[in-house]
Amino acid sequence: MSLELAVAAALFVGIIAYAVLGGADFGSGFFDLTAGSSTRGAELRTLVDHSIGPVWEANHVWLIYVLVIWWTGFPESFAAAMSTLVFPLLFALLGIVLRGASFAFRKYAATLAQARLFGIVFATSSIITPFFLGTVAGGIASGRVPLEGRGDLWASWLNPTSIFGGVIAVGTCAFLAGTFLVADAERSGQHRLAGELRVRALVVGALTGALVFAALVPIDHDAPTLAAGLEGRAAPLVVLAGLAGLATMALLWTRRYAVARITAVLAVAAVVSGWGVGQYPWLLVDEVTIADAAGARATLQGLLVAVGLAVVVVVPPLAYLFRLTQSEEWTKSSPH
Amino acid sequence: MNGGGDGRSVGGVLSVDVLTHAVTEVASQVAAAAPDEPAGLLPARQQMALSLGWHIILACFGVAFPAMIFVMHLRGIRRNDPVALGLAQRWAKVSAVLFAIGAVSGTVLSFEMGLLWPGLMGKYGDVLGLPFAFEGLAFFLEAIFLGIYLYGWNRMPPKRHVLMVLPMAITGIIGAYCVLAVNAWMNVPTGFRLVDGEVTDVEPWKVLFNGHTFLQFAHMWVGAYMLAGFTIAGVYAVGMLRGRRDAHHRLGFMVPFVFASIAAVTQPFVGHVLGFGLDERQPAKLSAFELAETTESPSPLRLGGVLVDGEVKYSIDIPLLGSLIAMNSPDKPVPGLDTIPEEDHPPVNMTHLAFQTMVGIGTLLAAAVVLFWFQRRRGRDLLEKRWFLRFAAAAGPLAVIALEAGWIATEVGRQPWIVYGIMRTPEAVGDYTASLWWLLGISSVVYTGMTIGAVVVLRSMARRWRAGDVDLPSPYAPVSTGSTDGEAQR
Repeated sequence: MSLELAVAAALFVGIIAYAVLGGADFGSGFFDLTAGSSTRGAELRTLVDHSIGPVWEANHVWLIYVLVIWWTGFPESFAAAMSTLVFPLLFALLGIVLRGASFAFRKYAATLAQARLFGIVFATSSIITPFFLGTVAGGIASGRVPLEGRGDLWASWLNPTSIFGGVIAVGTCAFLAGTFLVADAERSGQHRLAGELRVRALVVGALTGALVFAALVPIDHDAPTLAAGLEGRAAPLVVLAGLAGLATMALLWTRRYAVARITAVLAVAAVVSGWGVGQYPWLLVDEVTIADAAGARATLQGLLVAVGLAVVVVVPPLAYLFRLTQSEEWTKSSPH
Repeated sequence: MNGGGDGRSVGGVLSVDVLTHAVTEVASQVAAAAPDEPAGLLPARQQMALSLGWHIILACFGVAFPAMIFVMHLRGIRRNDPVALGLAQRWAKVSAVLFAIGAVSGTVLSFEMGLLWPGLMGKYGDVLGLPFAFEGLAFFLEAIFLGIYLYGWNRMPPKRHVLMVLPMAITGIIGAYCVLAVNAWMNVPTGFRLVDGEVTDVEPWKVLFNGHTFLQFAHMWVGAYMLAGFTIAGVYAVGMLRGRRDAHHRLGFMVPFVFASIAAVTQPFVGHVLGFGLDERQPAKLSAFELAETTESPSPLRLGGVLVDGEVKYSIDIPLLGSLIAMNSPDKPVPGLDTIPEEDHPPVNMTHLAFQTMVGIGTLLAAAVVLFWFQRRRGRDLLEKRWFLRFAAAAGPLAVIALEAGWIATEVGRQPWIVYGIMRTPEAVGDYTASLWWLLGISSVVYTGMTIGAVVVLRSMARRWRAGDVDLPSPYAPVSTGSTDGEAQR
């Protein structure tokens, strides 16, 4: 594996991690928004607080990781994407800011009215953020980001591939959140809530799955390079995504929630990887390849050192955090 | 100021006059976009100033607060002190709010690096990027341990739990160092060569470990402890002013105040050493700091004053001190602005006034903490004095102003360069029209809203704590859910 490819792979691992872990946090906003009135939705909203509270900031850092590796490893393509995709990036950024702030504010809100306001902001921004990030991916994958000069400020992200990308992003986030929340509810003994969430996760999963495969049709015309990749090199991943998705549905159906989380992650990771492998070897499709976009070699080596260090120093505490959140003590209500 | 009643009233009139002039002059420097400048430059700079100026305050809490929480928490465990434990737990909750908005406002900066400054990132991204990668690593660890620490209360063995806040104090150091490495690189570029306008021979490790970083980092790090320490201590000073003179308030004041005191007396030395060699590194910045229009030997120390049409007005000049402080010499002159081409001048007045605001407030705060500890040694407790408590309450905002002023001084003083001597700021800015001002307008609304939200939430937390609520319930808890399970009360 060449140096550039290794850095690109590290970058893409970050994208997958963000799509899965950050995505599940964003997706919980969908369930929060549709939880119903304050009374009816109280239990679910508290579960959302409890589920994503300890982890959302750590999961959010994957986005920073992606941005930093991108601009350090492939600086010109980063500047190009930032120049063309200004609007969706700004909208996503707005969503990120509002989501994080209002989530923290809601948790400590003094009154129900305040909590409601912050809650609505939290939930809606959780939905719009993945949408706009999805349109960004679509713009790049459909070859609408030129390396030199600025692409069309609107058509670069208001096009079939981008729109499907955005909706799929929202769907996969909600799907992941659904399976995670069902498992969390079940583990903490909220069986009635788990039952409700199960039905909704099944519906979301069916819709998202249908959407992912329906998207292949417009992509065929709109993003031929990506389509060729999806039908060729990335075809096994597309199949894997479908199988893992179906398995998740079956597991949810039969109430095996803990295992369903694994297949759900697998399904979403396969969808995202399908995009990455599908557009390989392009970094900006039809514009610049990974090899040509790479920055200075010394910097790429430095980045790999940083990534290696991250594996050693970040992954163990991250695993520890995740293990704690799944533990008995952290699931039950806190003693006083 | 000394002098009698007459002198004072003259001084008063004079200072109003000076202020008006200074304000109009600074405003005109801010607003006057040179005709050949890209239309997006000024709004882009203001946008960066707003988002960075807002984030920098929270970054200071991120850097300095964990160490204070650690000390407090450790004290609570070691001495079995419920007051200390209670304070540590409250501070952890406050930090949860501050770190959340700090994380998202920091993300804004990551985006803006590319959105606003594609010229910089496209060309130099692989030169300046590596420190950011390590900063990202530090941020990762910080976010992880924040989650573990915040949610670990009463869920982990106390002795292990208290250790979970310690990594955050360390990652604060690493993160700040890395960010300052990039900033130091912008001021003193290194680690690459330009051949026919192309960047070659990139040495990213040289950027990460460039010699200028350490002092800049030290200055910022100590500044963060001042800002966070004085601000948190100030909260309890206000409480004492309102008659809440219990152990809780004394301890809540004392721990951050000790941190802030050490930082405040250290800072003048760090800042002074940081200035060594500035005449060679960035002569225009030094000239602007010192408001040296011409090269004078020995140079005076110029307090206040503004440059109007190339002439220094309304300043109080103290002979010799300028050379002594800025150049460490009785007669070496501060380089005059007239030795530097006009197009390389930074906005002089803003740089000068910001620099002196920082130094002035820093000196005042250092003097105040010296006085406090001196009196305490003599058995006098200034916390009994209302005037001191009022001052302590103001010290937080003052430290914020000093930090912002210092940041303005160094960043505006670097202009018109984004990479000093290599790339001018107009070359770096994206291809925007004046409609970029809209972004600034929207951002101002969002940041105002976020500020209000944080203030409302933090105040309501404090109110409920005073009312005796120990655990703040889930905001939905007043509504009975009828479940008997994982209803988290945090």
